[in-house]
Amino acid sequence: MNNVLMYLSDYAIPIVIFYIVLVGIQSKCLIFEEFLTGAKDGLGIVIELMPTLIGLMVGIGVMRASGVFEVMVGLMKPITDMLKFPSELLPLAIVKMFSSSAASSLLIDIYKEFGADSYLGRLASVMMSASETVFYTLAVYTTAGGIKKTRYIVPGGLFATIVGIICAVVLLNV
Amino acid sequence: MINYLWGIMIISGMGYAILTGHGKEVGIAAIDSSKEAIELCIAMLGVMGLWMGLMQIAIKSGIMKKLTQGLNPVIKMLFPTLPADSNAREYITSNFVANILGLGWAATPVGLKAMKELKGLNNDSEEASIDMCTFLIINISSLQLIPINVITYRSQYGSANPSSIIGYAIIATAVSTLAGVLFSTIARKISSKE
Repeated sequence: MNNVLMYLSDYAIPIVIFYIVLVGIQSKCLIFEEFLTGAKDGLGIVIELMPTLIGLMVGIGVMRASGVFEVMVGLMKPITDMLKFPSELLPLAIVKMFSSSAASSLLIDIYKEFGADSYLGRLASVMMSASETVFYTLAVYTTAGGIKKTRYIVPGGLFATIVGIICAVVLLNV
Repeated sequence: MINYLWGIMIISGMGYAILTGHGKEVGIAAIDSSKEAIELCIAMLGVMGLWMGLMQIAIKSGIMKKLTQGLNPVIKMLFPTLPADSNAREYITSNFVANILGLGWAATPVGLKAMKELKGLNNDSEEASIDMCTFLIINISSLQLIPINVITYRSQYGSANPSSIIGYAIIATAVSTLAGVLFSTIARKISSKE
């Protein structure tokens, strides 16, 4: 099972690229010229995104270095205790909403401290799998869409994330 | 919303660090993060260029058309007001497919392109359209079925059976996506009544 999955993830990129170019040749479109058009478009998107990423990553970096994440965890502890959610995993749940790489390093810390196959390690794995970087995604995508008023996107995204976490806790306690 | 959020991030981080005497670390973190953002952009330039180039071939050669047709019922249900001839359909479809397969590097470029198309349909308004809300909520709900990155970490950090969490992960992901779909569908009904 593991080997099959690793194989698939290793070969996904080559297979997808091979297929796209092969069908491109068969359909007789000017593949390289089309490629250049698309690539130019892609570069433009990144340039447009740069200011957003600088602002956002500085915000995340400042929060991480200042210890505010820990304070947030402390404030939320009474609520999560009531819901029987292990407080050890609260930093992971919060950090994952901002930054995937920061969450990965927390996940690894949990594996090292409690073991990857412990209850906490398994719960952390499922939580990590079922949630997305809410605020990062939001900032990047709204920049591309030129959006300043996000209406109900944040409540909707948080709702889905929290339902996912509750589901993970329930699944591992059954 | 973003304005408040970013304000809170900076003010709470800086304020707390000044009060607790971590001024130096936070100063360094701010400068380092800005550098990190540009490093990320440089890495992204390559990936975005490569993938958007390939996507352009996929669009011109008809691969995207086929993919969109296959998933049309789902897109129709989620985005009932999206014009049938809009390019946004193809971009949204390929964003969902790439996300489900865990190809994050492929999902972001087409996702951003989808937002640009939706922006055009939204008359360049600063307020998110209902379709944008649905698209982003589903995107944020996490779609990746096989959490290959988590499995990799588990195998690196001594798990006896790294992939044993897949079943749970698939269920939790499906439930959170369902919650996102439900939320957007109800919110769409309420907003269109107004």
